[in-house]
Amino acid sequence: MSETFSSAGPVIVVAIPAAGATLVALSGRWPNVRDTWSTIAALAMLAAVVAMLPGVLDGRIPQATLLELAPGIDVTLRADAAGMIFALLASGLWVVAGVYAVGYMRGGNEHKQTRFFAAFALSLAAAGGVALAGNLLTFVLFYELLSLFTYPLVTHRQTEEAIVAGRKYLAYTLSGGVLLIGGTAWIAILGIDASFTAGGFLRNASLSTGTAWALFALLVAGVGVKSAVMPLHSWLPSAMVAPTPVSALLHAVAVVKAGVFGMIRMLAFVFGADMLNDMGAWQVIAAFSAVTLVAGSLLAIRHDNLKRRLAYSTISHLSYIVLGVAIVGPIALTGALLHLVGHGVTKITLFFVAGAIHTRTHRENVSELDGIGRQMPITMGAFTLASLSMAGIPPFVLFTSKFYLSWGAAEVEKQLFLVLYLVSGVLSAAYLFPIVVRAFWRTSDAFTRFGEADMRMVAPLVITGVLALAWGLVPDVPFSFFDLATDVSSAAFPDSASVAGAR
Amino acid sequence: MVLIAVAASTAAAFWELVVVLQEGTQAYRLGSWAPSIGIEYVVDRLSAFVAVIVTSVSVLVIIATRRIAEREAGDRLGAFYSLVLLLLAGLTGMVVTGDLFNLFVFLEISSLAAYALVFQGGRSAMLAGYRYLILGSIGGSFYLLGVGFLYFTTGTLNMADTAAALALDASARSVQAGAIFIFAGLGLKMALVPLHLWLPDAYTHAPSSVNSLIAPVMTKVGAYAMMRMFISVFPDGYLTNVVPIADALLWLGLIAIVFGAIIAVAQRDIRRMLAYSSIGQLGLIAVGIGLATPLSFVAAQLHLMNHAVMKATLFLSAASVRLSTGLNDVSDLTGMGRRMPGTMAAFTLGAIAMVGIPPTAGFFSKWYLVQAGVESGHWVVVAVVLASSLLSAVYLFRVLEHIYLRPAQPDAVHAPVVIPQGGSNDQPAGAGESPADVIAPALLLGAATIVLGILNSWIVINVLGRAGL
Amino acid sequence: MIDDVAARFPFWMSGLLIAIGLYGMIGKRSLLKKLVGMNIFQSAIILFFIAGSIREDATVPILLEAGHGVAAANPADFVNPLPHVLMLTAIVVSVAITGVALAFLVRIHHEFGTTDEASLLEQVRR
Repeated sequence: MSETFSSAGPVIVVAIPAAGATLVALSGRWPNVRDTWSTIAALAMLAAVVAMLPGVLDGRIPQATLLELAPGIDVTLRADAAGMIFALLASGLWVVAGVYAVGYMRGGNEHKQTRFFAAFALSLAAAGGVALAGNLLTFVLFYELLSLFTYPLVTHRQTEEAIVAGRKYLAYTLSGGVLLIGGTAWIAILGIDASFTAGGFLRNASLSTGTAWALFALLVAGVGVKSAVMPLHSWLPSAMVAPTPVSALLHAVAVVKAGVFGMIRMLAFVFGADMLNDMGAWQVIAAFSAVTLVAGSLLAIRHDNLKRRLAYSTISHLSYIVLGVAIVGPIALTGALLHLVGHGVTKITLFFVAGAIHTRTHRENVSELDGIGRQMPITMGAFTLASLSMAGIPPFVLFTSKFYLSWGAAEVEKQLFLVLYLVSGVLSAAYLFPIVVRAFWRTSDAFTRFGEADMRMVAPLVITGVLALAWGLVPDVPFSFFDLATDVSSAAFPDSASVAGAR
Repeated sequence: MVLIAVAASTAAAFWELVVVLQEGTQAYRLGSWAPSIGIEYVVDRLSAFVAVIVTSVSVLVIIATRRIAEREAGDRLGAFYSLVLLLLAGLTGMVVTGDLFNLFVFLEISSLAAYALVFQGGRSAMLAGYRYLILGSIGGSFYLLGVGFLYFTTGTLNMADTAAALALDASARSVQAGAIFIFAGLGLKMALVPLHLWLPDAYTHAPSSVNSLIAPVMTKVGAYAMMRMFISVFPDGYLTNVVPIADALLWLGLIAIVFGAIIAVAQRDIRRMLAYSSIGQLGLIAVGIGLATPLSFVAAQLHLMNHAVMKATLFLSAASVRLSTGLNDVSDLTGMGRRMPGTMAAFTLGAIAMVGIPPTAGFFSKWYLVQAGVESGHWVVVAVVLASSLLSAVYLFRVLEHIYLRPAQPDAVHAPVVIPQGGSNDQPAGAGESPADVIAPALLLGAATIVLGILNSWIVINVLGRAGL
Repeated sequence: MIDDVAARFPFWMSGLLIAIGLYGMIGKRSLLKKLVGMNIFQSAIILFFIAGSIREDATVPILLEAGHGVAAANPADFVNPLPHVLMLTAIVVSVAITGVALAFLVRIHHEFGTTDEASLLEQVRR
């Protein structure tokens, strides 16, 4: 099976962006140097993660134990398959998001860019820590730091609206954080080793029903905030006041993916399938996420502001992932992990486009976008690719993940959710396809003056748009996402035979 | 000269801590009289720990506030520092003594020095200082009354002997009375709600060099004395089962946590906000003592250290702002992130630690307290302690918003409150950062909040003596 | 009942004085009267201690025969001297506090022209 060996790799992954942040902060006076540091850090972090990939696929898990942070609990960073998926996604998308951000910030002549890029890098360090955390306390440590480091990004514009959005953001994320802290401290005082174990480390802890449910409520609600599960979701649309690279980061890479990743950790690595089934707790999460899935999509249709529409779309799609884990089945878990990756790359494309449009034309609302496809064909082309992916059209990546999610639901006889998944594609199409239609098939004179946005913004969105298609066709190129996902599922459900289905 | 004295004291405290950790509890007999007749000084792990905290924080504060003290005290600087040294002597004396009456003497010495120091703060400090005097004397006298009851029952003033006598027979009514009066007296000294009324005015109107010194340490030593009663004087379980002092501490502490934080939100003056914040944080320590389990005592002791460091950072930052610009209100801090980056960085570190973001020290205080609450089945404790993080975030992050996110108002600077001494110390309107010897200790203390957080496990296991869970 | 009170008369007095002192400190508006209340309060505590040192048929704790070997003196013949000693210290503390408080009062009066708490509060708040 898999064996753990001691390695500095995981530490390097987290240390690189932290060092990068320092270098960025110090080189504030030379913008080109500063932005170069930012890009180098992103590439280096990706390289560090990729370097660990062959070993992990082979079953050799690198682990680094740092200091003892609480009596009996060490800070442990471990690059298991699940962590690798998130780390690859985060670091990979940081590369493109970083380039995009430079283009956006310079194009819009934004203020305080040094603070922005430094906080960006620190947030990635925290996200890396969340991905590679080996036990609950380490997870909580980096999870809270993530909330802290993303705050300056949310409030970047420093307008009254931004400050209010920042307060809401902090209120929600810190509240979730204290719930997590409560649960983690409780588990620690019970003397349970909180190292993430596929199948759940609480399984053998013989907890009383009351304790189990209380811990469940604390831990799941704690990660539920960043996962934007309703009713804990309303910080996310408010946070759209941030500059678009931040929204792209929050929505595709760092914060919300950390939230659903945390949900995956809690459900599959803390409680585990057996406990969730025995307690019936999976029904609670399934209910909330199912509602969120539908309601998010319906609300997305209502909103005219493009970024808000995308925000509600994210809320909906995050619940695809949460529901996939709540269903408690190996194939569904594989689908959920693939959806994590796929949604990340797809949604970031959509946000990149929104930002490019805003930079070029200062338009924010869908109703103003008639005919923009003529003037910004590449940009809107990428948008079209991403929209097809979001609707789950084959052969895009979100089709693949939805396929597994639906199959997974059928596999464990929870057909209701199968239907839900099938229907959801229609909803996604409903709020995205009209934009494509408007852009290409309607005409207006509003955009004749504009062309494509800066290359630094267009190139990334083309890359991610193409990836949304490519990863649907060959999800293992180049990062072996599919293999990693099936590794996670087979570890979490060791008795199940139906894990690694062929495509 | 002052610095040498305090630094020497700090070094001695550290040395003593090392000795105690290696060799166990140390005892010293004043004048070589045997304990029942003479006064004995007993330094165990807890005493050494608190002594180190008090002295090291004081050293840093004194270094940082030297300039401020020169301005504020003027030509009475000698008398000022005499009082400061007297204060520290009293506090450290309280920590190392093993005699109940000796504790009273040192308590009154330190309090007297504190009253006089607080009074130096100008017009508004006079009434605050006087009230502090009256209320503080009530506290000291109640403590003395309680000691009297104990003495007449046990026949000894020595803490260890009292413990032995009470262990044999603690049934007398007078012991209960003693316990209650001692609790009332020490409760007032540690500003336990509702005996906190002296604190907000005293901390707000005292000169900056004084409140930075008093706020981190005075109430802590009061809390230490309360802990000492639990650990070394009264028999195990007496203060929980026979006289419900522990429960009183627990519930008043919980109330204090919520009350302190809520009132802090409503404050405009930074110092008053920090004063009410201190009341709330002392509630956390009181809860730790009130749960009366080994784990909860560790939590209380750890928070004693953490809060001393965090509050010192915050008060020094406020003092630095006052030195440079003469301003006191939260709204005056708008845009200070640009003008006083070092000071504001220190403030930010202190604020983040108070909210309890890991890996700062404040996080671990709450960690152990939550665990103590779970262990004793007091779910209210868990909920309130976790909520206190959020409440602290409300009033502290509001300040951070002003500092970093709102644009500076160019007319917001008044002339410094105290008369400049002339020369390079003159700060014109629109002043920038404070001098390095003011900011450096503040930043050092701010960094300490992170370092102490990371080292918390080592401290808990090796210094406070709690092995595994 | 009267016997009980009579037997513990000093303690009852002490309690009464504590009450009076507390009333003075809290209930009176004049700062000087508060100080007087504090003194009464502290005197009450001193009385408490001294009262506790009393023994039946005992005399003042002074040995009249000098020199060593006076071990024959029976401790029960003498009143407990320790509380007296403690109270000397307490009196010193009280005097010090009173002195400081009077210095405060002088300064306050000099600065504000009054030692009435209510008007002081008004002046300070302005």
